[in-house]
Amino acid sequence: MTPDDAVAEAFRTERARVLATLIRLTGDWDLAEECVQDAFERALKRWPVDGVPRKPGAWLTTTARNRALDRLRRSTVEAGKLREAAEMPPPEDDDWPDDRLRLIFTCCHPALALEARVALTLRTVAGLTTDEIARAFLTPTATMAQRLVRAQRKIREAGIPYRVPPPELLPQRTTGVLAVVYLLFNEGYSAAQRWDLAAEAIRLGRILVQLMPDDVEVRGLLALMLLQDARRAARLDAQGDLMTLEDQDRSLWDRGQIAEGVRLLAPGGPYQLQAAIAACHVTAARVEDTDWTRIASCYDELARLTASPFVELNRAIAVAMADGPAVGLPLVDALDRSGALAGYHLLAATQADLLRRLGRRTEAAAAYERALDLAPTEAERRYLQRRIDEL
Amino acid sequence: MKYLMLVCVPEDAVVGPDADTDPIPWVEEVERRGIRVTGDRLRPAADATTVRMVAGEVVISDGPFAESKEYIGGFDILDCADLDEAIEVAAKHPVAKFGGLELRPFWPFDS
Repeated sequence: MTPDDAVAEAFRTERARVLATLIRLTGDWDLAEECVQDAFERALKRWPVDGVPRKPGAWLTTTARNRALDRLRRSTVEAGKLREAAEMPPPEDDDWPDDRLRLIFTCCHPALALEARVALTLRTVAGLTTDEIARAFLTPTATMAQRLVRAQRKIREAGIPYRVPPPELLPQRTTGVLAVVYLLFNEGYSAAQRWDLAAEAIRLGRILVQLMPDDVEVRGLLALMLLQDARRAARLDAQGDLMTLEDQDRSLWDRGQIAEGVRLLAPGGPYQLQAAIAACHVTAARVEDTDWTRIASCYDELARLTASPFVELNRAIAVAMADGPAVGLPLVDALDRSGALAGYHLLAATQADLLRRLGRRTEAAAAYERALDLAPTEAERRYLQRRIDEL
Repeated sequence: MKYLMLVCVPEDAVVGPDADTDPIPWVEEVERRGIRVTGDRLRPAADATTVRMVAGEVVISDGPFAESKEYIGGFDILDCADLDEAIEVAAKHPVAKFGGLELRPFWPFDS
């Protein structure tokens, strides 16, 4: 590995940890970011001359810390911060504390707006530039920069603590962190040109598993993302239209990722249940081998935990697959009457699909037309139109 | 860290010594913990007066600064370790169940 590669590697693997420590030492997010940036620039100059240090992370932390001390010494108003930073012994080895969890929990604090949590996590934990984040969210760079500045200012001025929450807050706050990561994943997953966000979400998921190895839901989220993302290469057809599970070329699914996801499965909460459902789909050799009974029972449990009408709809679909459309249709019709999913195109599309399978073609056609009127994207309208034409 | 906690209640709400909305047990608890610096109930929004300068003139208007379905029914000044402690204390206030508690960090002039 060349020294430049070593710096790039350290940037990928060590940056968040170095930054997390610098924020703890200085209490100043801007200063910490600048000093970490300086440390990497220094590494680019020094490592080709002095050789790559044995512990790159420790070297970078010491360098960034010394830089922060220099900067603080020059400004007398920052005397308090200087004292704190000076008390810190330079990290000699890999035993320096891992502050990344504090960083993640602080970035995902519920007192910050959701979009700010997402942006801040991408910036500080994932190490994306403001420009990259702005592009991923189709937002002007200046707007994104301001969002980040505001979020960092609120952390400082509102007294958001830089810490891992105490036990009584931990379950709730962990759920909040997982929600941010999953939102990120879905942002990337729903738009074909933003796979990088899905990859970042998976990377964050891996970090969380490493930092909270005993939390089954943390493992459940990583499993869910891996199992969904495993189908990436098969999800779109040549026109860029979504392919349904049954039409996808299963040989394109990522076997390694599926195996990794399956290993993370365990009895747990909503993420584990969703991961178990995704696993049922991706471990079936052929679509007709799918274990719909198991999927229906997972949705059953999920419906009890979440009380979500979307989960109810999926449960009805799974029951229809396991026990036949005649058993599933009344569940969907009941959901329709409840009004909880009024205007949701997939409710009408599901009714249409079940009616079609029951041979009730006129009613199926009418339901497909309703779905067509409600479908939000062109790709979905094309898909529904094909179904109508096939009737 | 000091926070001003604005107790925001729906227009038609009555905060008083009936079982559900009596703030006294809350006041006793936070005072025992040394968190509450001071606080009080406020007269309704109808009795508010808003003062502002418009083009060099003092403009006085009847009513609160922001018209909304909720009004500030009271306030407390809390001295907390951090925002998490302030959130914990605010969540225990009886108004949290039907109104809202707005936490505003102090911004001292000497900072």
